[in-house]
Amino acid sequence: MRFALSEDQTLLQDSLTKALADLSSLDRVRRFADGGEATAPDIWAGLSELGLPGLLVPEEHGGLGLGLLEAALAAEALGRVVAPTPFLGSAVLAPLALRLGGSDEQKRAWLPKLADGGATAGAAISEPIAGARDGAGVTAEGGKLTGKALFALDAMAADLLVVADRSGVLHLAAKADASEILPSIDATRRLTELTFRGAPAEALSSNQALDRLRDAAWVMIAADTLGACQTMLDRAVEYAKERKQFGRTIGSFQAVKHLCAEMAAELEPARALVWYAAYAFDNAPEEASLMAAHAKAHTSEIGRFIARTATEVHGGIGMTDLLGLHYWFKRIGQNRQLLGGPERVRELAARMQGLAA
Amino acid sequence: MDLTLTPELAAFRDEVRAFLEAHKDHHKDGAPNDPKAWQRTLIEAGYAARTIPKEYGGYGAEPDILKGRIIAEEFIAAGAPRGMAGQGISMLVPTLLEVGSEDQKRQWIGPTLRGEVIWCQGYSEPGAGSDLANLQTKAVEDGEDFLISGQKIWTSTAAQADMIFCLVRTEPDAAKHEGISYILFPMNTPGIDVRPLKTMTGHAEFNEVFFTDVRVPQKNVVGGRGRGWFVANTTLKHERGMLGDPNATEARLKALIELMKSETVDGHRIIDNPIFRDRLMQLQARVFSMKFNGLRTLTDDTAGLARLVVKLQGCELNHQVAALAIDALGELGILYHDGPHLRAKGGWQRNYMFDLGLIIGGGTAQIQKNIISERGLGMPREPKTVGA
Repeated sequence: MRFALSEDQTLLQDSLTKALADLSSLDRVRRFADGGEATAPDIWAGLSELGLPGLLVPEEHGGLGLGLLEAALAAEALGRVVAPTPFLGSAVLAPLALRLGGSDEQKRAWLPKLADGGATAGAAISEPIAGARDGAGVTAEGGKLTGKALFALDAMAADLLVVADRSGVLHLAAKADASEILPSIDATRRLTELTFRGAPAEALSSNQALDRLRDAAWVMIAADTLGACQTMLDRAVEYAKERKQFGRTIGSFQAVKHLCAEMAAELEPARALVWYAAYAFDNAPEEASLMAAHAKAHTSEIGRFIARTATEVHGGIGMTDLLGLHYWFKRIGQNRQLLGGPERVRELAARMQGLAA
Repeated sequence: MDLTLTPELAAFRDEVRAFLEAHKDHHKDGAPNDPKAWQRTLIEAGYAARTIPKEYGGYGAEPDILKGRIIAEEFIAAGAPRGMAGQGISMLVPTLLEVGSEDQKRQWIGPTLRGEVIWCQGYSEPGAGSDLANLQTKAVEDGEDFLISGQKIWTSTAAQADMIFCLVRTEPDAAKHEGISYILFPMNTPGIDVRPLKTMTGHAEFNEVFFTDVRVPQKNVVGGRGRGWFVANTTLKHERGMLGDPNATEARLKALIELMKSETVDGHRIIDNPIFRDRLMQLQARVFSMKFNGLRTLTDDTAGLARLVVKLQGCELNHQVAALAIDALGELGILYHDGPHLRAKGGWQRNYMFDLGLIIGGGTAQIQKNIISERGLGMPREPKTVGA
C-alpha cells in the first residue's frame, strides 16, 4: 500500500511542468486572453509532442493508455500556468466518451486523431449536470440534434463534439449549426453556446456514460484549481519574502505569514483528496462519484479562499493587470461554477450516499 | 498510488481480526474488563507497545507504519479498546528510547507500558506557555540532589500520576534554551502540592502543581544536564503526532451522520434539512481530505508540508464536527450535565469545549501557523524582541 505518486507519475508531472513554463508563459497567456484568440494551436502542438492529448487513449488506438490520476496531474500542471488548451474536452471527455460508448468504428475514426493532437474535441454536457438555464437543452430525434447547449467546453474550432441531450444520452456530432463565444471572467479558456437545428449526430451506447464523464470532469476541474491555487500561494509567499514595509520584509509579519500558512494548510490536504478521487475513478468504482463530487466542491471552497487571500497578500498591486495574478483568480472562480457550483455538487454527494431524497 | 494490501498485509489483517474475534468478551462498551490484563494481552499479541524492544517490555516488532494502521482500523471497526495511551506511554517512553540511559530504560519502560506506573508531564508554567523555554521552575544543587521549587500548569493526570517527567532550570546563568534539564521524580515526594484546575467543561481535566524544595537525585536527569530543551522537543514531536488523528475524526463524523439521521424536529429528520445537509457535506469533504492526507504522510516522502498541517487542521475539524452536532440538536444541544432529553451524555457539548483546548494545547494554532510558514514555506521568523 502506497499513497504517493510513482516515479513515472512524478516524471510526467515534472516534464509537463517544464514544457509548460515555455509553452504557456504569462506573456503567451496574455496574448491569448487579451488578443481574443479562439484557440492556441501552438501550445497544443507542443503538448502533443509529449503525448498529452493521448493520455487516456488506449495504446491500440495510438495513445498512452494511462489513468485518470495521470490526467489529474496533467490538469494540475495546466492549472498552474492557466494554460489555454482543449485538454478537458479533447484529451479527457471525448476519449472517455468514446471508450465508454463508442462503436469500434467510432473509436477507430476518432481516437488516433485525438491522440496525436491532429483533431480536437469539445464537450457540451452542462445542462444535464449543472442544470438548464435560459431554456437551454438539446433534444435528439432520428439522428438529429435540436436546441441550445450553453457553456460548451473546448468547442471552438473542434473537429468533434460530445453532446449530452436532455435525457443524459451522449451523442457525437461533427459540428453545431451555430456557435458563439460566451465571454466569461476567465479569458484563458473559451466557453461557447452551441445551437443545433437538426445537426446530424450519432448516439453513443452506454447510458451510464454521462455520470462517468461528469465524475472525470469534476476531478479534472478540481485538479486545475489545485494547480492554480499552488501558483497563487507560491507567488504570494515569494512576494511576501521580497516586499519591504516598515523596514522589514512583510513575510516576517505574522499577520501576513499566517495567511500563507492558512492557504498551505487548506491546499495540502485537498491535494490528497484530488489524488484519491482520481485514483478511485479507475480503481474504486463504488467510491468514485462521491470522491469526485467532494473533490470538486471542496477545491471550489478552498480555491475561493486561496484566490482572494493570495491576492490580498500582494496588497494593491495584486489587483492590477500588471502582475497577471487575476488570470489565476478568475480561472479558479470559473472552475467553481463549471458543471455545478459547490452547493449543487454537495447535494448530489448527499444523494449518492442516500442522505438526500 | 496503490492502495491494495499486499498478501502479507492482508494476512496480517486477518490475524488481527481473528484476535479481536477471539477476545471480544474481554471488553464491553469500548472499555476493557480489566485494563491492566488487557494491556498485557495486547503487548503479548503485538497490538500495543508493538515496536518497543522486547528487552524493555515491548513486543519487539520492526516499525511498520502500515501494520500499525491496520491494527488501528481493525480495533476501531471492532469497537475494541486500544492499548493504554497515557503521556507516559506516548511521550516518555519514546523519549527514553531515544535519549535515556540504559538504567532509566530498564527501570521505567516496562512498568510504564504495563500500566503499573502512571506519568504526568511537567512542562507548561504560568509564564511559559507558547514560550516554553521561558520556564522558571528552578532546581538548585544540594549534594547529590536537586531541590526543585516552582509551579507547573495544565498538568493532566497529575492527581492520579505516580511519576512526573518535568522540565526544570538547572543552570540559571546559561542561555534560555541551554539551562533546562529533563528530570523524573515520584509525585509522592514531599513538597508537591496538586490542585485541580477546573475548565469550562465543568471537569478538572488539568491541574496546577506546586513544588517547594522537592528533593530529587541528580541522576534522575534524562539526556544530560542542560540538555532538557532538546530532550523535550523529542517528546513534543510525539505529542503533536497524537493530536489531530484523522481516524478519530472519521469516527466522530460517522456518529454525527447517525445523529442527523435519527434526530427529528417536528417529525422531520435533521438530515432532510438542506442547510444542515450542506454543512455536513462540507465537513465530510474535509474529513476525507484529512484521512487521505494522513495516508499520504505515512507513505509519501514528499509529504513534508502535509505533515506540518495535521495538528492545525485536524483539531479545528474536530471542533467543527462537534459544533455542527450541537447546531443540529438545536435547543437539545444546550442541555448538559445529567438530565432529561440529554443526548450522548452531553458528549457533543463536552467535545466542543474540550476540543477548543486541543486547538490551543500542544502548540497553539498560531504557533502551528508559525511552524507551517517558517519550516514549510521558508518564510522569515518574527524578529526577536530585545531581552526576550
